[in-house]
Amino acid sequence: MSSAPITPPGGEKMPREHYLNATYGIRSWLLTTDHKRIALLYLISVTFFFFIGGVFASLIRIHLLTPGGYLVTPETYNKLFTMHGVAMIFFFLIPSIPAVLGNFLIPIMIGAKDVAFPKLNLLSWYVYLTGGAFVLYSFATGGLDTGWTFYTPLSSIYSNSAVTPAVIGIFINGFSSILTGLNFIVTIHTMRAPGMTWMRLPLFVWSHYATSIIFVLGTPVIAITLLLAGLERMFHLGFFNPAYGGDPILFQHLFWFYSHPAVYIMILPAMGVISEIVPTFARKPIFGYDFIAASSIGIAVIGFIVWAHHMFLTGQSTYSAVAFSFLTFLVAIPSAVKVFNWTSTLYKGSISYDTPMLYGLGFIGLFTIGGLTGLFLACLGLDIHLHDTYFVIAHFHYIMVGGAIMGYLGGIHFWWPKITGRRYPEFLARVAAIVLFVGFNLTFFPQFVLGYLGSPRRYSSYPPEFQVLNVMSTAGASILGLGYLLPMIYLTWSMRYGKVAGQNPWPATGLEWTTDSPPLTENFHQTPVVDWEAYDFEHRPELGLSGAISKKPVPTHGDD
Amino acid sequence: MHRTGELYGHFQTLDQQKETATLGMWVFLVTEILFFGGLFLAYTINRHAFPTSFGIAGNMLDLSLGFGNTVVLIASSFTMAMSVYCAQTSQKKWIPVWLIATLALGTVFLGIKFVEYKQKFDHHLIPGYHFDITYCSNNPAACGLSGQELADEQKEVREAIDAERDYAKQQSFSDPGETGIAAVNAHAQLYFSLYFGMTGLHALHMVIGAGLLLWLISQSLRGRFDANYNTPVENIGLYWHFVDIVWIFLFPLLYLINRHLA
Repeated sequence: MSSAPITPPGGEKMPREHYLNATYGIRSWLLTTDHKRIALLYLISVTFFFFIGGVFASLIRIHLLTPGGYLVTPETYNKLFTMHGVAMIFFFLIPSIPAVLGNFLIPIMIGAKDVAFPKLNLLSWYVYLTGGAFVLYSFATGGLDTGWTFYTPLSSIYSNSAVTPAVIGIFINGFSSILTGLNFIVTIHTMRAPGMTWMRLPLFVWSHYATSIIFVLGTPVIAITLLLAGLERMFHLGFFNPAYGGDPILFQHLFWFYSHPAVYIMILPAMGVISEIVPTFARKPIFGYDFIAASSIGIAVIGFIVWAHHMFLTGQSTYSAVAFSFLTFLVAIPSAVKVFNWTSTLYKGSISYDTPMLYGLGFIGLFTIGGLTGLFLACLGLDIHLHDTYFVIAHFHYIMVGGAIMGYLGGIHFWWPKITGRRYPEFLARVAAIVLFVGFNLTFFPQFVLGYLGSPRRYSSYPPEFQVLNVMSTAGASILGLGYLLPMIYLTWSMRYGKVAGQNPWPATGLEWTTDSPPLTENFHQTPVVDWEAYDFEHRPELGLSGAISKKPVPTHGDD
Repeated sequence: MHRTGELYGHFQTLDQQKETATLGMWVFLVTEILFFGGLFLAYTINRHAFPTSFGIAGNMLDLSLGFGNTVVLIASSFTMAMSVYCAQTSQKKWIPVWLIATLALGTVFLGIKFVEYKQKFDHHLIPGYHFDITYCSNNPAACGLSGQELADEQKEVREAIDAERDYAKQQSFSDPGETGIAAVNAHAQLYFSLYFGMTGLHALHMVIGAGLLLWLISQSLRGRFDANYNTPVENIGLYWHFVDIVWIFLFPLLYLINRHLA
């Protein structure tokens, strides 16, 4: 086991022609149908929304430094956490990995020239921008104070904030998700290169296939639900209004029917990224390929039948609550399969701690904590105590920030050489990864304690005895903020000044590493033919690893 | 995206291109099922919760117009299927003819729908301040009701009011807004909100379908489709049939449940 990162062979040259210099001018970007350029357009726009959501988060944390909360009024505080949630969930987390990395990589990983519907792909970006514009309009003209969940009748009758444009924006934005999911499903079915069988697909592609199923089946439901809530607000209709016999609980059911699977939209692609990173930096084929692939589909399917665990306290029948609690426990199984398989892949691997691997290992640890605390919340008895407390906040931030964003950043670093053709500064990147890990845990671990002690979420003030934990959390948030700024700066810097990466700097086994960095507009010089299994280091002499890996992991001492 | 004949550059063969487009359309239709699914669920739950009020509200719909529209739409599915058949068998002259027939039937459907909406407007059945389920039984002349029809309608309104009063008693509601005529009006408004939501969304799909047909007609007049290349005709056909099927579910759900035939 060596801890030194593998340095790429020197003397690499940028390819003469690639997708970035194939055409020039603003039109060639705004009207492009190249999936790689669309991915970059998405990268810029999701980063913009991440920044907005981050500003709201910082304001929340500064406000909570003192028990009374002097920075903003309670009404403004309601708007801050709502807008933080809306910006982060609908406009950053959901599109982040699929629309950026998935868009860029899936066609290359399966050996295609582009996605199945390149024009729809571009359309999805414009739809995203249109939805985003509506939501920004809402933020700028009164804000939004309903919570990201838009529960009726608060959102449809009582709220005085700009709910209507926000609901329209999220409704529109849903179609960008649908188009992306539809494109991925069809691409993976019909665009694979010769020899790229289903069981040779990279696990990144499998996890995106599962994600796309959720996109396609879930998003239309949230679209119609928010449409009904919006119509109710605009025209005083009664779909969810008890005054007309409508049922607010129905809104919650429909909302969570999408929004719980949406959690898996955020985490599954990150799991796909980790499944690529771990074997690459352990120099070992992934352990249990078919189980990891099947567990992605399993998570997507079971994820659709657990939604009412958000509603244990709404007075649903005990029998229904027991069933949903059981099903929620069930979804832990495929998640655990993944964690165990990544760990088994590391076992006796030849591990190097490059930046993507630091994010990968961080993901495994943080996701495990986030997942296990999810089981606390799935317990009917315990949930009564923990429901709507900071425990829930900490739990889902461990999944979404510790899981999804760590995976996203790990993926961005891993494929940065492929996307830009250049390497980022390795030392700085490792520092940033560690800063992020420390900052993240300092921000959110105290919130588990806060929640367990009974501090409710969404309150703008708290009793003085909770101040220490809140100050720790705010301190962590400032470290976390620094951790996010660092990559933004050095990655931008490296686009111009980074070392030229070459085709396969790590080296990794995927098809995307057999073409130029950055690739041609058509991705490959000629259609590739795949004659190796996924993650096979052994039969790939061109990777230059034959000396570095042992043929088979042989136990060194007896019975392990 | 560069194109050679009908083959786009990122595909290897026309077959692959066709398979891709068809799969894409089917996946899209799946999303449409889920999209309408939310409305169907809301309708079913509320229908179950307020059977009497929904029953009387459903009886306010004009059965003959609804039935007429069903016939028109099924006929349009036939003409659409014929245009696909003609495209697959390279009968180039007949493709636009059948497409135009489909478009005409679709337009007739939307016209009848407009007449129906207008009628609901005249009968004070648009959810809002002026909504009044008793309007027709109180102003029979304005609704063209007389004799047996009028008596039936008045009887139904009375029954619905009684049913809501019993329900309120059973649930021990005390607010006058939750009993009797107020409750009937509230729940009937819920019915009509769902009615306009569901048929409105369906009509929107018809309008989009009509736009697609216009494009298909212009392309087929140029002779673009034949046995080798007819994917757009087939896929827009799939879409058109899907919109038809949605109506096939809407019609019995909205018009036929609890219908008292004279």
